[in-house]
Amino acid sequence: MPVKRAEKTPMPVREPQARAHDFKEVNQGYTKFHAAFEAERCLRCQEPVCVEGCPVQIPIPEFIHAVATGDMAAAAKILRSANPLPAICGRVCPQESQCEAECSMTKNFDPVAIGHLERFVADWERTQPPTVEAKITRQEKVAVIGAGPSGLVCAGELARLGYPVTIYEALHAAGGVLRYGIPEFRLPKAILDWEIGLLKAMGVEIICNVIIGKTLTLDELFNKMGYAAVFIGTGAGLPQFLGIPGENLNGVMSANEFLTRINLMRGYEFPEADTPVRVGRRVAVIGAGNTAMDAVRTSLRMGAEEAMIVYRRSDKEMSARVEEYHHAIEEGVKFHWLTNPLEVIDDGSGWVSGLKCQQMKLGERDASGRARPIPIPGSEFVIPAENVVLAIGTTPNPLLTRTTSGLLTNKKGCLVADEKTGLTSKSLVFAGGDAVTGAATVILAAGAGKRAAQAMHEALAARS
Amino acid sequence: MPRIIETRRLTPVTKFFRIDAPLIAASAQPGQFVMLRVREGGERIPITIADYDREAGTITIVVQEVGATTTRVCALEAGDEILDVAGPLGGKIEIPPGGHVCGVGGGFGSAALLCLMREFTARGDKTTAILGARNKDLLILADELRPVCTNVEICTDDGSAGFKGFVTQRLAQMIAGDGPGRPDHVVAIGPMAMMRAVAETTRGPGVKTLVSMDPLMVDGTGMCGGCRVNVGGKAQFACVDGPCFDAHQVDFDVAMRRNKAYVKEEKQALDRLTCMANREAR
Repeated sequence: MPVKRAEKTPMPVREPQARAHDFKEVNQGYTKFHAAFEAERCLRCQEPVCVEGCPVQIPIPEFIHAVATGDMAAAAKILRSANPLPAICGRVCPQESQCEAECSMTKNFDPVAIGHLERFVADWERTQPPTVEAKITRQEKVAVIGAGPSGLVCAGELARLGYPVTIYEALHAAGGVLRYGIPEFRLPKAILDWEIGLLKAMGVEIICNVIIGKTLTLDELFNKMGYAAVFIGTGAGLPQFLGIPGENLNGVMSANEFLTRINLMRGYEFPEADTPVRVGRRVAVIGAGNTAMDAVRTSLRMGAEEAMIVYRRSDKEMSARVEEYHHAIEEGVKFHWLTNPLEVIDDGSGWVSGLKCQQMKLGERDASGRARPIPIPGSEFVIPAENVVLAIGTTPNPLLTRTTSGLLTNKKGCLVADEKTGLTSKSLVFAGGDAVTGAATVILAAGAGKRAAQAMHEALAARS
Repeated sequence: MPRIIETRRLTPVTKFFRIDAPLIAASAQPGQFVMLRVREGGERIPITIADYDREAGTITIVVQEVGATTTRVCALEAGDEILDVAGPLGGKIEIPPGGHVCGVGGGFGSAALLCLMREFTARGDKTTAILGARNKDLLILADELRPVCTNVEICTDDGSAGFKGFVTQRLAQMIAGDGPGRPDHVVAIGPMAMMRAVAETTRGPGVKTLVSMDPLMVDGTGMCGGCRVNVGGKAQFACVDGPCFDAHQVDFDVAMRRNKAYVKEEKQALDRLTCMANREAR
């Protein structure tokens, strides 16, 4: 066996100075040469522990071996058999805490770049003529609520199993967080559109502008519309606020508002597109998750001269993907670690002029297992800024649960659903994704959608 | 796409639309709104549902031309389709039955009283609509409201029709016992300044009052938080917690300031549209 190279083959990226001012994708993707080179690093372990780290159990060594042997069609087939959204997950999955964290190479070297290879295979697949077709073999109609990651995957699996599937989406475009949340420079909309196109080719119907819980109730999906089973993938869309003074000043936004104005409503094209978004010279983003990184890097692209992350813990506790963090550093984002926001400062006319903060130090571990930040008395200071963007988490959207009886939620407002099947407290109603877990990742949502589709199939088959 | 069945100019700047939207018509309740978008790249705007006909499967909206998007909406005619109509969103207006309900409509806000007054009248409430406008030519829907209200009170600033003065002056007289008499509940729908004036009119005498808040919204489904209104010191989302709130708890100063956040851009968009229209006309 040849000696394995110690380092991961680096992902080709655009130069930080060039990319930080437009919305074109940062990562350029492996070439065939890069991919073959990297695929050779896989040890093809007898017991592939990487697969255990994958929420949808992609047969990782198998697809990587196919890449190594140049059989791209086989690689794509293996990948898609386990993950219906490979081009998306290859770009946005936190591989370093999933498959790549388990990779046997990590004991001594860099892990195999599983995510980059996944993306490479999925991007190759996009250059090929699509092979899917609609094959409706079942009588029972199934409805999916929400066209985000879990809903799209669930619908795709159900269509593959032969069911006529309709997705109901509240917004005017499908994709959920992939559309309104994740920016173009990380996930080009063309890729999302391609995946949605595949679903449609499989016979999945997507109806936008219908808010289940408002336009139609969940019960009406069964009684009035004649669906035999329903999957809820309504996500965790409600933004949280801090409740600090000055939060209602003009120029303070949730990251959801900021990103939706730009990604879904194309605020960067104003006035050609109608939705404006005003970005000042200095933007302070509160939080250090992937949404915070998306918001802070987006503000640079919208013309901010200074884009900052303000986080009350340290970089060790940050939940953002390592790649996003590195990209943010390269692009010139500033980081205020151990900095707790106390108040948004008024410029005298109702607009933001700064963010008053206090310095923190780390104490003992809290309930989340992370070191608890403790304020340092007398350390207050003001960060000058024209915008404050809050990226401190989201909670499940209550529109559906408020108008549906018998649908149990926990005290956080998340739907109660069986971990394996996604079955909720209502018969033939399944759920998955952020609506069940609270804000999590695309791949966890995709996995839940996939498992629920199988469980729905079993439940419906048992009935007939 | 939802098709426009009927349109009517109500004033030079307001237009009435009846739209084929059976699912929305089937579930709409008084006080709810729809989100509209009229072109690719267009913004989503909230518009209150003025009325609905469940059997015909239609909803009615009244749109006032204030910015680029509302101007684009008002250029549409019967037979045209609207790119996106989503709803009904927000909660219904809930008022305990059996009392005297007074709906105060300012400008195009009068439209939203249609389904509201009809429902309360039908369940046996005494209902009064106070409609206000600068002059009689700007009054809207008085004839449509008369059959669905116990009383209709007209107010014009210049006295060209009905009572000469503001709706709040007439409301104060009623609270003092004049005309249809003191209301048990007031619902005010219209410009923010009018709603605030109504809140101040009813606060002293202690008449329970609801206002239908109309903040800036992006999605209208609870996702952006841009529509947050300070109610009793707490941030509430107008789209999912409202749009109607206890008038005496709403912080109107903050709400009015927040509504002006994009004034500059709104003017820019409107100027651009006007300029494009002029160029086309030439």
